[in-house]
Amino acid sequence: MLIEMAPLAKADAVPVMPAYKKAGKAQSRSTGADKVSAEATTKRMAWVTQVAAVRDDQDKTAFAELFAYFAPRVKSFLMKSGASPDLAEEVAQEVMVTLWNKAHLFDPSKASVSTWIFTIARNRRIDLLRKQKRPEPEDLPWGPEAEPEQADAMGLQQETEQLGHALAALPMEQRKLIERAYFGELSHSEIAAETGLPLGTIKSRIRLALERLRHTMK
Amino acid sequence: MEMKQIKHHLTESLLLAYSAGTLPEAFNLVVATHISMCDTCRAAASSYDAVGGEVMLEGAPEEMAENALAATMARIMRADPVDRTPPVRVANAVFPAPLRDYVNGDLGDVKWRKVGGGVSQMVLKTSDDASVRLLRIPAGTAVPDHGHRGLELTLVLQGAFVDETDRFAAGDIEVANEDLNHTPVAEAGADCICLAATDAPLRFNGFMPRLAQRFMGI
Repeated sequence: MLIEMAPLAKADAVPVMPAYKKAGKAQSRSTGADKVSAEATTKRMAWVTQVAAVRDDQDKTAFAELFAYFAPRVKSFLMKSGASPDLAEEVAQEVMVTLWNKAHLFDPSKASVSTWIFTIARNRRIDLLRKQKRPEPEDLPWGPEAEPEQADAMGLQQETEQLGHALAALPMEQRKLIERAYFGELSHSEIAAETGLPLGTIKSRIRLALERLRHTMK
Repeated sequence: MEMKQIKHHLTESLLLAYSAGTLPEAFNLVVATHISMCDTCRAAASSYDAVGGEVMLEGAPEEMAENALAATMARIMRADPVDRTPPVRVANAVFPAPLRDYVNGDLGDVKWRKVGGGVSQMVLKTSDDASVRLLRIPAGTAVPDHGHRGLELTLVLQGAFVDETDRFAAGDIEVANEDLNHTPVAEAGADCICLAATDAPLRFNGFMPRLAQRFMGI
């Protein structure tokens, strides 16, 4: 997806300490925080900080922490999508290698780390299990001023957390349908137009981040 | 790429299927090309990716092999240093990047083949569960009245066409299924260039178009 593709114009334009590394304060600024456990958002912001540490310092400890949490979940996702345990193990490792190599393309104002890792895993699955190329949208031009604001990153992390809660709160049957779609078990015509998921707020937030990005390009 | 006023967007089920990675390659190409031109659908697609990320986190984790982290670090260290230079941007391209990949160039590089009635096409190579082609319809010309057995996506890249349902200009996508019989007519002015994908042969109404179909291969 775009988050995988969006390049930094100059690697040396990256500040040593990105704004969103100074975690904590912006939380009170955003709305909807009361609905989501602050702890969960802190966890998501910690992932963001870990990816930034991999990007800026090739930090192996931060990588090990991301690996411990995400690799077993990527493996589980791939097995549910039809991969054998051996293949799933292999691909989960590859996905984590890609995280290391593409950490500079991750943008926390447009995706949570979980979202980004999912897109990497999905693309490898299409490649390996379906033997197809995956056309991706053109990346957006990325200016030196485009380093995301901490508040934007924090807001998006909260929206993603809320989306996770909304998904868990869906009636079982509906949730199973969505899961089956993402495990690759449903064709396009079997997917209902109405998922019951409240996507409006996260959509508008990403839309605003895109508008800001296009504005800085002018 | 300049953003245009886009009126006709992707459907929710197409966005979900694209995010889940279950569409045929031909449809993926049309979806990725539309998203490249449309920030509304880009934000929507990212939201569906966020759902995928949460589905991935929900499942019970699968234990990784004992030496998995060490093996992954070894792969990272073995690999060449990461190239962080952003991809070269093509100025004033008509086709977005994913389409340029399949054409091997821009509009000027398309190898058109005449298919009758003034219409030209270039079939793009994808997996064979669906097909995708570029169509060039001279200004003022009609594509024969046809219905659809499966799903047909038509994305306008240049010019505009009008059919029984509405007007479709650059960036607009028409999603057609069994229910739609239509006669798209290219507007006066510029030739209409479209990217069209289908998972079943089109069904032309009338003898002459059926004859033409044998030569057009659509």
